[in-house]
Amino acid sequence: MKQMILRAGGMLLVMTVLCGLVYTLLLTGVGQAFFPEKANGSVIEVDGKTYGSELLGQQFSDPGHLWGRVMNVDVNTFTDEAGRPVMYAWASNLSPASEEYERLIKERVEALHAADPTMADTPIPADLVTCSGSGLDPAISPEAAEYQVHRIAQARGIDQDEVREAIEKSTQAPFLGIFGEPSVNVLKVNLILDGILEE
Amino acid sequence: MDSIVQYILYLAILVALAIPLGGYISKAMGGQKVFLSKLIRPCEKGIYKLLRIHPEENMGWKRYLLCALLFNAFGLVFLFAVLMLQGVLPWNPQGFDGLSWHLAFNTAVSFVTNTNWQTYSGEVALSNLSQAVGLTVQNFVSAACGIAVLFALVRGLMRVKDNGIGNFWADLVRAVMYIMLPICLVSSVALMALGVPQSLSGGRTVEMLEPIAVTRTADGYEVIEGARVDLETQTVTVDGEVVPEAQIVTEQYLPLYPQASQVAPKQAGTNGGGVLGTNSAHPFENPSGASNLIEMTLILLIPVALCFSFGRMVKDKRQGIAIFLAMFLLLVAALGIIAANEQAATPQLAQNGAVDVLAGNMEGKETRFGTATSSTWAAYTTAASNGSVNSMHDSYTPLGGMIPMLLMMLGEVVFGGVGCGLYGMIGFVLLTVFIAGLMVGRTPEYLGKKIEPREMRMAVLLCLATPIAILIGSGVAALLPATADALNNSGAHGLSEVLYNYASAGGNNGSAFAGMGCDTPFLNTSLGLVMLFVRFVPMAATVVIAGSMAAKKKVAASAGTLSTSNAMFVFLLILIVLIIGALSFFPALALGPIAEFTQMIA
Repeated sequence: MKQMILRAGGMLLVMTVLCGLVYTLLLTGVGQAFFPEKANGSVIEVDGKTYGSELLGQQFSDPGHLWGRVMNVDVNTFTDEAGRPVMYAWASNLSPASEEYERLIKERVEALHAADPTMADTPIPADLVTCSGSGLDPAISPEAAEYQVHRIAQARGIDQDEVREAIEKSTQAPFLGIFGEPSVNVLKVNLILDGILEE
Repeated sequence: MDSIVQYILYLAILVALAIPLGGYISKAMGGQKVFLSKLIRPCEKGIYKLLRIHPEENMGWKRYLLCALLFNAFGLVFLFAVLMLQGVLPWNPQGFDGLSWHLAFNTAVSFVTNTNWQTYSGEVALSNLSQAVGLTVQNFVSAACGIAVLFALVRGLMRVKDNGIGNFWADLVRAVMYIMLPICLVSSVALMALGVPQSLSGGRTVEMLEPIAVTRTADGYEVIEGARVDLETQTVTVDGEVVPEAQIVTEQYLPLYPQASQVAPKQAGTNGGGVLGTNSAHPFENPSGASNLIEMTLILLIPVALCFSFGRMVKDKRQGIAIFLAMFLLLVAALGIIAANEQAATPQLAQNGAVDVLAGNMEGKETRFGTATSSTWAAYTTAASNGSVNSMHDSYTPLGGMIPMLLMMLGEVVFGGVGCGLYGMIGFVLLTVFIAGLMVGRTPEYLGKKIEPREMRMAVLLCLATPIAILIGSGVAALLPATADALNNSGAHGLSEVLYNYASAGGNNGSAFAGMGCDTPFLNTSLGLVMLFVRFVPMAATVVIAGSMAAKKKVAASAGTLSTSNAMFVFLLILIVLIIGALSFFPALALGPIAEFTQMIA
């Protein structure tokens, strides 16, 4: 019995070293050596200034910017070194079949109609009025981007095709053309429109 | 149309990979030579030597079970201690405090039992040490324990008049070193190449393109709606009027952990506990359609492969295929119902046509995955007792969310957890053989072994542990007034939240209707006890069956023997699983998701 207890403890120790330490550190070494940008969060940096991560969504409300998924913004959990609030976001976890939800969507539809009355008769793609699974979805569907082209072009006083070009440049196709859905990276579109990112 | 191609390909890729893996696993677990032996064998021998283990020692069922329980007990105590003490332990760049006793208990139980339920959100609670040395280790060994016990059962079925069922330590070491580690190393590197972070920094902040205006209230900061921010003058205006108290948020937080190395075993070992709160919906755990394909396939890869290993080990591939087919048909049916409901979305979202719901119910789903990929993941993760999510199940349509719940209530036998799903299903096979035998007056036997009262008692325990734990747990929770305060949604959906979360604990699944805040002493403790019960009672019952089967003599198959590998048996097995699972839960489901569905269409 005593021998069995020693073995059980010893086995846990061996597994902790093998699967906890060696495995984690080995892969961290590989990641930092071969994929340093991705391993550190795919941060977009231009001329020494960071503009967020390619993978995480940001909130946009400027009519001249492309808007993303509805964000359930949290400014109370994380702070910077000086203790100032920093943005993060979570999922809504709301049931899409409740009356409360119906009211919420109605408000969002009205807000989008108010932002561009010319599009009031066009059905709004569902991803534009819903919160994502992570709350930090960096992308919207090409349809949801197209819905906003008129507003963005008008607010910037530029040609609609210029907006479309930025959208196209930031669109990722499904993997092998099949797995997943096409997605437009909202931050990239806005960085191109603002002339910060040139691709 | 595109989505149907997607569904078919996802399933085809899974099965195509699982068949050869099944052969590999049966060889590796039997100690035979495989293509990785040259590399792994010396390390394996080293571990035996270090711990003075004789891999050939044939343990009786009592000794086997005792070793398994002791190892798990050590794991539980160690993880509990690490989580409680992380505040004073090293490798804690974010400076997190230790967890409360009940959250530490819940989390430790959750990972040791292969449930990986998340009351915590990793990015706001856990240090690198807790993630790597605590959770990742259990991601490996809890899966390996399941595989070990499965192979003990297979040996029990195969051996004749033997009093041993194999060596627990050798089974554990082989499952970790030959199965889990190679799969996880390869997929972690692939995930990193696709953008999953792997860093020890703990997180950083980056600037945002558009700042956000917030104001301080009694309980923290609040976002000011419709605000315009002028960064140069540092002023915030709403409709042209300056808001004097406003603050400007210019940065966002990037949680950076050793994500890739933890995501791989989380997926491959039917664990499911994410590094981050929103699990594989978070772009840092699952950045693209490609990473999703890898992670989603890993959910079911080993559980499906084990069906084929089983066929090889019992020297009758048709036995493995029969069990595989029963599970696969249930999976496809479940996937079909989830997909149809999510694709149809809800009238509340469609707003009489003002919203285009062609893409389906996108609430809680990521754009890059969409409805088809999210529905497939939901079916996979609850069929297997994985519990990771790439979309929020709480925001599924009433019936779309009921099916994942039902899959867990069936006792996690539709492939189920690594190892434990299959031994759970073998419990149902014994039950089916027994019931079918009673109906036609045949002696119940399985693989040439007579099934007698002792095995039947254990098989019933194996099959009923989950329904009992779920119904008692959620029943008690629903009676307590405090539970209502923890809910995110009211009415029928509120009951669904309670039911889902106890089903998740009771199926050792770990996915959640995450709107319910479960970090209270009662919920943490009761969910923890449910998880312990449904992990170790069936595990013990399985080892007992293995022991008593091994001691039996083989009887020759005769004309009176019920075939356990034909279409009729597959049909009977599915029926028994559905009767036991679905009927136990029909009244509860009628009050939760079904009630919500009727309200939705009213």
